[in-house]
Amino acid sequence: MSKLSLIIKREYLTRVRKKSFILGTLLAPVGLLIYMLVVFGLTKYQGGNEIKVVVLDDAKMIQQIPDEQGVRFIPAGTKTLEELKEEVKQNQIDGVLRVPPLANFKQKEHTVFYYSEDKLAPDKSNLIERRIAGKIKEFKMDSLKLDAEQLKQLESEVSIDPESINGKEDTQSKYTAGIGLAVGGIMMFLLFFMVLMYGQMVMRSVMEEKTNRIVEVMMSSVRPFDLMMGKIIGAGLVGLTQVVAWVVLSGAVSILVPMVMGFDAPPPTSIAGAPEIDPEMVQGTGLQIMSELSRQNWPLITFSFVLYFLGGYFIYASMFAAVGSAMGDDLGEGQALVWPATLPLVLAFYIVSMAGWRNPDSGLMVFASIFPLFSPVVMPFRMAFNPPWWQVAISLAMVIGTAILFVWLAGRIYRVGILMYGKKVTFKELGKWLFYKG
Amino acid sequence: MILSVQNVVKTYGTYRAVNNVSLDVPKGSVFGLLGPNGAGKTSLIRMITTITAPDEGVIKLDGEKLNARSPEKIGYMPEERGLYKKMKVGEQLLYLAQLKGLSKHQAVEAIDYWMVKFDIKDWWPKKIEDLSKGMQQKIQFIATILHRPELLILDEPFTGLDPINTNLIKDEIRQLNESGISIIFSTHRMEQVEEMCDHIVLINKGQNVLYGEVQAIKKQYKQNLYRVETEGVLPTNIPDRFTEVSRGKNAVTYQLHDESQSNELLKAFLQKDTRVTKFEEILPTFNEIFIKRVEETDQEGAE
Repeated sequence: MSKLSLIIKREYLTRVRKKSFILGTLLAPVGLLIYMLVVFGLTKYQGGNEIKVVVLDDAKMIQQIPDEQGVRFIPAGTKTLEELKEEVKQNQIDGVLRVPPLANFKQKEHTVFYYSEDKLAPDKSNLIERRIAGKIKEFKMDSLKLDAEQLKQLESEVSIDPESINGKEDTQSKYTAGIGLAVGGIMMFLLFFMVLMYGQMVMRSVMEEKTNRIVEVMMSSVRPFDLMMGKIIGAGLVGLTQVVAWVVLSGAVSILVPMVMGFDAPPPTSIAGAPEIDPEMVQGTGLQIMSELSRQNWPLITFSFVLYFLGGYFIYASMFAAVGSAMGDDLGEGQALVWPATLPLVLAFYIVSMAGWRNPDSGLMVFASIFPLFSPVVMPFRMAFNPPWWQVAISLAMVIGTAILFVWLAGRIYRVGILMYGKKVTFKELGKWLFYKG
Repeated sequence: MILSVQNVVKTYGTYRAVNNVSLDVPKGSVFGLLGPNGAGKTSLIRMITTITAPDEGVIKLDGEKLNARSPEKIGYMPEERGLYKKMKVGEQLLYLAQLKGLSKHQAVEAIDYWMVKFDIKDWWPKKIEDLSKGMQQKIQFIATILHRPELLILDEPFTGLDPINTNLIKDEIRQLNESGISIIFSTHRMEQVEEMCDHIVLINKGQNVLYGEVQAIKKQYKQNLYRVETEGVLPTNIPDRFTEVSRGKNAVTYQLHDESQSNELLKAFLQKDTRVTKFEEILPTFNEIFIKRVEETDQEGAE
């Protein structure tokens, strides 16, 4: 095994075995798991036991309503309201729902009365309202001899479809901008977070070796550049491991939990666009978002995420490695060196969150997505809005070039700094180190 | 020669840490690298261990210019030493040995050998941070020699060790030396230099100011001092050509013009009634030589 791969292996394994890493990696999916359990538990929770509701319907508008979500609808038959109230008192049933006849067919608002000892829970109250409204609608249609099919044909849905006038095929819809923002935002946040977190991990690890004094022993076995690169690559792999673990575990949780909990995904009929559209499922929107998401160029987005992560990570991790090597045992003293390495990243984050979402193609955004200290965070955000390919090409070339340059520069600072003790280091000093020989 | 340093210069910014140093370390020797603090010893060692490269001059290990394979032939225990605190003893040793070019199998074998030898077989799963400082130092020593270097460089190897462990490490160093490993030994403890080294170099202000075999240097710096110890009262009227330097109750020290006079001095004593119990030449200690030579070169620099 080469020395570099030995170093990478050690750096990787010691981190991955750490309790804090395992905890951090498991915490996100476990958090999701708990969240889902709570949500499912709450939806499953019927607000108490099943209630029996007798429907007293003088006008015979309502036929049988199927039992649902803890509400059992029972037709009143020949019983009178007074008799039913008595049954409520004797706890044979939970409530009586009296549906008065309609004054005329134009009446829109209609009030029904519920007699009970216990208050009706809000979710059950909503459900009953919707079901009764549905039945009244059917009754009206029947009475007016309207054809349900024809009525449905009268309904129209309108959405703006932005078209490019350049004649190129455009597949945008009214959801494109929103989806772009969401996808771009998530990408940007993930990159910002990962680069900062793992970059600083490299810095701490460099400082630790220096204060531990192991570094001189290491230097007599391996080249300083190998040690630095081993550290950067090892920590980077830990970062990728964590992201992959998060994605896989969260995916598993969100698939397995509903299965185990017996929570039905929406029944197949409703997905196929069943005639009876449930008002609580904004299904059309859901489908459109799904199709919009699937229309995103995922291979390109994933590819650019990885490239920009690697580019950005190498740029910032090498800066942090150089800073770490120059710092002594005292973290406080080194703060002056740390902020210049953090600032551009934070600035890029601000540019996107302040200006980016309003107009992803503004001049500032174009500049920020090409400037290599910003672009690893900014360009992945813009990727969701189909930026011109030449801007992407320039941006990528600059990120890769800058990453190589920064790694080289950091290597030159690192090899001097790592063996330097008891000296407060300034930027001027760092500059001088660049030109030291051997 | 296991190591040959030729006209080596190392400059940091405007500070010349090593200024044209040349020296040869004979194969199989224990070579003392001496010098006051800040003399350039560490800078020189860092170049020999390939941590840094000389600005000028050449360093050859076993006749070959230092190259990428050289670190595998060198074992270096720096004065400022340390280990990965969170790592287990075994993992740590395995890692360092593999970085020195041993295969995993070879490394495990070597680690087992040394752990048995130092009677610390069951330490493999212990964390470094749970060991005492002296124990850590033992591990550090093992880490330095696991790959059987041809040249072993030890910088103050005994600091922080109790007398028992000092002797243990000392014995190991001797055995390693007897098995053919050359050793460069850097220390401020002059009694250790006299005890262990056969060759030395003294560096001051980045320059080689004294260099050679230990015995030859002692001869070179001797002042023909002879000390006579007697039983009973010291005799008087010893001839004037023997200059008396100091006198105690039963002992007297003379300075001779020439070492060939030593027999005459003894004869003069034998002619007296007093019984001589001891007669010896007083050679300078390395402490004295060290201080003398450093002061001399400091003055040369000041002039």
